[in-house]
Amino acid sequence: MNDKLQKIRQQFPILNCRVNDKPLVYLDNAATTQKPLSVIDRMTRYYMEENSNVHRGLHHLSQLGTAAFEESRRAFQKFLNSELAEEVIFTKGTTESINLLAFSFGEAFVHEGDEIIISVMEHHANIVPWQQLCARTGAVLKVVPVNDAGELEMEEYKKLLGPKVKLVSIAHVSNTLGTVNPVAEIIRLGHEAGARVHLDGAQAAAHVQVDVRALDVDFYSLSVHKMYGPMGVGILYGKAALLNAMPPWQTGGEMIDKVTFEKTTFGDLPYKFETGTPDVAGVLASVPALEFLQEVGWDFIAEREHALVKYATEKLAQIGGVSLVGTAKEKGGVVSFNIDGVHSSDAATIFDHFGVAVRSGHHCAQPIMARYGIIGTLRASFAVYNTEEEIDVLVKAIEKTVQMFG
Amino acid sequence: MTEIKSCAETEAEIEDEFSLFDDWMDKYSYIIDLSKELPPLDEKYRNDQFLIKGCQSQVWLGAEYRDGRVYFQADSDAIITKGLIYLLIRLLSDRTPQEIIEAQLESLKRIGISDNLSPSRSNGFANMLKQMKMYALVFQTKEG
Repeated sequence: MNDKLQKIRQQFPILNCRVNDKPLVYLDNAATTQKPLSVIDRMTRYYMEENSNVHRGLHHLSQLGTAAFEESRRAFQKFLNSELAEEVIFTKGTTESINLLAFSFGEAFVHEGDEIIISVMEHHANIVPWQQLCARTGAVLKVVPVNDAGELEMEEYKKLLGPKVKLVSIAHVSNTLGTVNPVAEIIRLGHEAGARVHLDGAQAAAHVQVDVRALDVDFYSLSVHKMYGPMGVGILYGKAALLNAMPPWQTGGEMIDKVTFEKTTFGDLPYKFETGTPDVAGVLASVPALEFLQEVGWDFIAEREHALVKYATEKLAQIGGVSLVGTAKEKGGVVSFNIDGVHSSDAATIFDHFGVAVRSGHHCAQPIMARYGIIGTLRASFAVYNTEEEIDVLVKAIEKTVQMFG
Repeated sequence: MTEIKSCAETEAEIEDEFSLFDDWMDKYSYIIDLSKELPPLDEKYRNDQFLIKGCQSQVWLGAEYRDGRVYFQADSDAIITKGLIYLLIRLLSDRTPQEIIEAQLESLKRIGISDNLSPSRSNGFANMLKQMKMYALVFQTKEG
């Protein structure tokens, strides 16, 4: 293990845990990443020294909290390279971001007979809100298929694009297959057809640098807990012109301009989309998570993830009866696989006794499971702190599983 | 006719069997063996109506009520789950609704497979136990 990797691991106290009397091998990073001490300390400091509601009081602590909260927004503006800070809407995660978008964009722009394009590899969070929108409005959901390797069928995508398509909503990186989608092309083609494009960045934002202006993407969603930050914080980025044209989703305090019993007028961006008390501690502790990513650097992140995926893919291929699901050329830090004749839940139970944490099941993406005719997979997903030695432990666990169930 | 052991007696019996194994691997091997003992499921139960919702493994559970006693049968596509189902059926089938409702099944925690009983939306097994108790409650209410 090189020095840099060792220094990174030292920042994550949980990596020293033992599970079932074995050192924890945490390979479930696509579900959530672990948090560095800087994030944990920031949360603690907030509750020890700063706790107060934001955007409300005139007293010292509230002012302090509000200033820090808006500083976090600017940190995300910089992180995503958005033009304006108010294009960054705080949500509680990608799922809420997409629900907000489906409601508000739907209200403003989607009518009966219009079309929404998603793909077969989407997480349920990027399927169900659109289905619901279609059910409410009479719009039609169109689905881009994938090939056997787990790549989008771009020719089919082109065929689906037409004048009725109002929005394309596609995963930047697939949570199940690890496929990195050709988002620049997806956006360009969508725009040429007159559609708006949203990217579900839940599995991308901690793995590749996201530049919303370079991408020219209209909307982008992410979850901070999947990028070394706290639970309960997400972002919906949207171009200001579009967000301004969209009505609020949830309504209540903080997002209003003026309320009488006859009529309410709403506040400006970003507040019209942020009603209720936010997770202030989480929003503030997101900043050290972004700093962690910057310090580690995108080159190092890419280099390590590629190395880990390559190593795991080679090692798994040597075990008889293991088949990979998702073999796209462009792949993020995810290795999904099945063991012949062994149910994924049985395997995960055995892995747990080796201290190995992986995800098993359908990963909230049943349509892609149906595409491959399987009910689930085992998914090892990597973060920048994972090591080749940890993959060796996974391999041992797989070998034992094969022996027990074979 | 042999006398039916009480739930507590069966629990003690199962705990005894598992006390032979120190190693978790041996315990799971035993559970895998037990899965083979599970009587086959009547095919009329193998459909979505009897499927217990759980993210990880599919569990089908059927129940019949005869002469004041509840009879369960079940199956799963996962082997460890199937072995655990075998234990649950051994503990709870052929009992009165009251016995099923009152069963605490502390022994399953003590033998070190309690993780499989933790209430989690991803766990078909925990949901199965809950569903067994629901059946018992419904049968009892109907009778009352």
